[in-house]
Amino acid sequence: MGKWTRRAFITTGLVAGGGVVVGVAMRPGNQVKDLAGKLGDEGGQLVHSYVRIDSDNTITAIIPHSEMGQGVQTALGQMLAEELDADWDNLLTEEAPAIGEYSTYSAGRGYLLAGIDFPEILIPTVDGAMMRVADSLNMQITGGSMSVRTTGTLAMRIAGAATREMLQEAAASSWGVPVSEITTENSHLIHAATNRREPYATFAATIAEMTPSQTPTLKDPSEYKIVGTHKPRHDIPAKVDGSLEFALDVRVPDMLYASIMRSPVSGGGIASIDAGAARAMEGVVDVVIVPESTVESMLGGTISGEAVAVVADSYWTANRALQEIKVEWTETGFESTSSDDIFAQFDRDITAKTERQTDRVQGDAGSLFSSAAKVIDADYHVPYLAHTCMEPLNATADVRDGKAEVWVGCQNPLGFRRDIALILGLDEEAVTLHNHAMGGGFGRKARPDYAIQAAQISQLVRRPVQLIWSREEDVRQDFYRPAVQSRFRAAFDSDNNLLAWENTYTNKNEPIEAPLIPYAVPAQDIGYVSSPAHVPFGAWRSVDHSQHGFFTESFIDEAAHAAEKDPFEFRAELLQDSPRHLAVLTRAAEEAGWNRTLPAGRGRGISLQESFGSLVAQVVEVTIEDGEVAVDRVVAVIDPGLAVAPDGIAAQLESGIIYGLTAALHGEITIENGAVEQSNFHDYPSVRMNQAPEIETHVINSGHAIGGAGEPGTPGIGPALANAVFDATGVRVRQLPINNFDLNTIVEETGDVA
Amino acid sequence: MSTTFRVNGVQQTVDVDPSKPLLWVIREQLALTGTKFGCGIAQCGACTVHIDGQAIRSCVTPISSVEGRDVTTIEGLSSQSGELHPVQQAWIDHQVPQCGYCQSGQIMSASALLASNPNPTDADIDAAMQGNICRCGMYGRIRNAIKAVDVASSEDKLFYNVASVDSESVTNSAEEVDHG
Repeated sequence: MGKWTRRAFITTGLVAGGGVVVGVAMRPGNQVKDLAGKLGDEGGQLVHSYVRIDSDNTITAIIPHSEMGQGVQTALGQMLAEELDADWDNLLTEEAPAIGEYSTYSAGRGYLLAGIDFPEILIPTVDGAMMRVADSLNMQITGGSMSVRTTGTLAMRIAGAATREMLQEAAASSWGVPVSEITTENSHLIHAATNRREPYATFAATIAEMTPSQTPTLKDPSEYKIVGTHKPRHDIPAKVDGSLEFALDVRVPDMLYASIMRSPVSGGGIASIDAGAARAMEGVVDVVIVPESTVESMLGGTISGEAVAVVADSYWTANRALQEIKVEWTETGFESTSSDDIFAQFDRDITAKTERQTDRVQGDAGSLFSSAAKVIDADYHVPYLAHTCMEPLNATADVRDGKAEVWVGCQNPLGFRRDIALILGLDEEAVTLHNHAMGGGFGRKARPDYAIQAAQISQLVRRPVQLIWSREEDVRQDFYRPAVQSRFRAAFDSDNNLLAWENTYTNKNEPIEAPLIPYAVPAQDIGYVSSPAHVPFGAWRSVDHSQHGFFTESFIDEAAHAAEKDPFEFRAELLQDSPRHLAVLTRAAEEAGWNRTLPAGRGRGISLQESFGSLVAQVVEVTIEDGEVAVDRVVAVIDPGLAVAPDGIAAQLESGIIYGLTAALHGEITIENGAVEQSNFHDYPSVRMNQAPEIETHVINSGHAIGGAGEPGTPGIGPALANAVFDATGVRVRQLPINNFDLNTIVEETGDVA
Repeated sequence: MSTTFRVNGVQQTVDVDPSKPLLWVIREQLALTGTKFGCGIAQCGACTVHIDGQAIRSCVTPISSVEGRDVTTIEGLSSQSGELHPVQQAWIDHQVPQCGYCQSGQIMSASALLASNPNPTDADIDAAMQGNICRCGMYGRIRNAIKAVDVASSEDKLFYNVASVDSESVTNSAEEVDHG
């Protein structure tokens, strides 16, 4: 027997309309040397591309997703182990290599074609305008809160069940008993009648010659023993003793360090440069100009402007030397643009409604506004936001002799490999990419600019180079959460029934349903105008839900008060035909003690947000003291369909809430003279221990399709907080961050608002 | 210029620019990568280590100021037999880390707090820990983990390197800790 006898085989073919058909199947007899290294000891068998069974009966789940804090590898391991009836205590997880066999798109599409339900929410994401078909084979993306929903549901469960069925067949054949009499538990095959019990490993070689079913029998959730139970995360022990190797910790022999700087005004190139002082500094090896690069992906084009980098024997030296370089940047035409200009442009474009497109039109909103007993209107704004992952962007590259090796932490290893190959002028096969656990991702590390730069620098100096972005570069050269303005009108009849909802906002992105409301408002006209700015933008935890969650859940609160109704009761009345939404909202109100009286100076607010297939309701309690808001308590209820990893869901909710709270309280990137004004945590603050509220989380396992966990906690905290501030002060916050307001002053000025 | 100091109980001599921050000496010269770079200006706490038992931000601590002193990094917090420090164990028990990048610094701040204050109040925890940012937002779990450490039964481990610290040399480095 050779080292291994089968491979994950991907067939591809074009279908009508330009889509790509990708099927995952197991075919014996082929060899892929990149995968051979994933085999363990000599007797190891690669069983399906997601499972390895070693001769000591250790099972390894090979996970095609990146770890950035969300615990995905443990959750996906649970899904595989459940269907495989694996012994959890002898199950390892490891990240799949950045090779085409682990394209996440292929898993999803392949199993779709096998007739398995595909989450509806994915269809626009996979097939939509932002997705280019050519990308599909290079997609290994972790984002959109999709890993459990897609790879977990469509690949890991099936891989586990198909492997278990093959093992049962192999044992039945060997023992000469009916396959229906073979049971499985803890990575063992059992035939009770003959008192036989053998480890899976006994039959690994046999099943390596079999073809797995793509439609194996899956367990009913009532049979789950591993999914839905708390399993300590596999990655945590290495995160408490400093031993986990992040990309920043990679050490390559003969490695140099680099620090880099692009034009403060996005799009600028180098007009002139004086690097004399930098070159003269001890330890500096070189100063290089890094050419502009442009790559296309499902996330849109990533343009990385021309940059200057210092290469030295220490990062500290490289970054100090970089400050000594005098650069004149080429003009972009945006040198006098400010945030005020951008928001003024948004306001003009919303007012002009030029080429307004619609997300949802139902009923005759126009005539209802004309005949309404009461109309309210409001404009909301949110600023640009940076991601500020704790681990600054970095990558290590060794580009020599027509080959490249790259060490990076990223959310799309296959895409990064392709982009690096493209910019270096190499074949993809000549690029080896080692993906590391990320110190935060939040959408930023789906953009390859930093890894491309590292590869370009190494190519220029012909040495291994570790490029580290300073925190200042990280804050100033982000792909920002877009600033948005959103204008609302609501119409009521004389009985205070909400009849019509009108909304126009700037610049639509993803997910497409983000601006929609779950409430039964008879007439709705929700649409958008295009109002482009020069500031680069990209996905930021929860993407467009981060803005629209704040807008819609604040304005529905305004509508409740205009209708002279309790904000919870008002929402509940509009959700009578949406029992799942109503259940989540009601549970949050109950857990929070919605009707409990709060002392003066305190307030309570509520929000409901559906995103990424999960529903989240939040109740926030605040205290206003000396004009400042303190967040005392957050009660969050999530219905993710099924919580695969209950403590993981709780942790993701807590995390998403604090991430959104940072944005709501502090987050603001401003533009002056075309450039970002902020630079580090002193002027772009984060919530800290002393500002962190007590967070209670509750899960409703409704049995619906499994929803996402990484992002759904983020959108609802801002509006629940702003609604609580209104409850406490009578001040309606329509612009974030809240800390820009002196709530004392506003209380005095608008004390008559109720 | 050379600087001699002890790191995790081992004497080290490095010949670098005296203004080079301790963080980069630890990571580049000594290849101890558990201590992280996060901001470079003592705002985030990812680089927190102990100098003579005090939590300090190594990204703004010139190596020259460490001459003759005892530095402990995350790698030195466990016992030599590999037994985890009680704070590290509490971090596992409470499933604190998400991405984990800030956690070396969080654990160094928490272990320094508990060494001087075995039963910290919420206000004590706020004061000691607000210099450490966690962008994954695991503050509630950090707070609970700190409170769960049973100092009475693990006192010897909390003062992991007490024998090597000359009490005369324990100076207050708090001015280097920016709680901003």
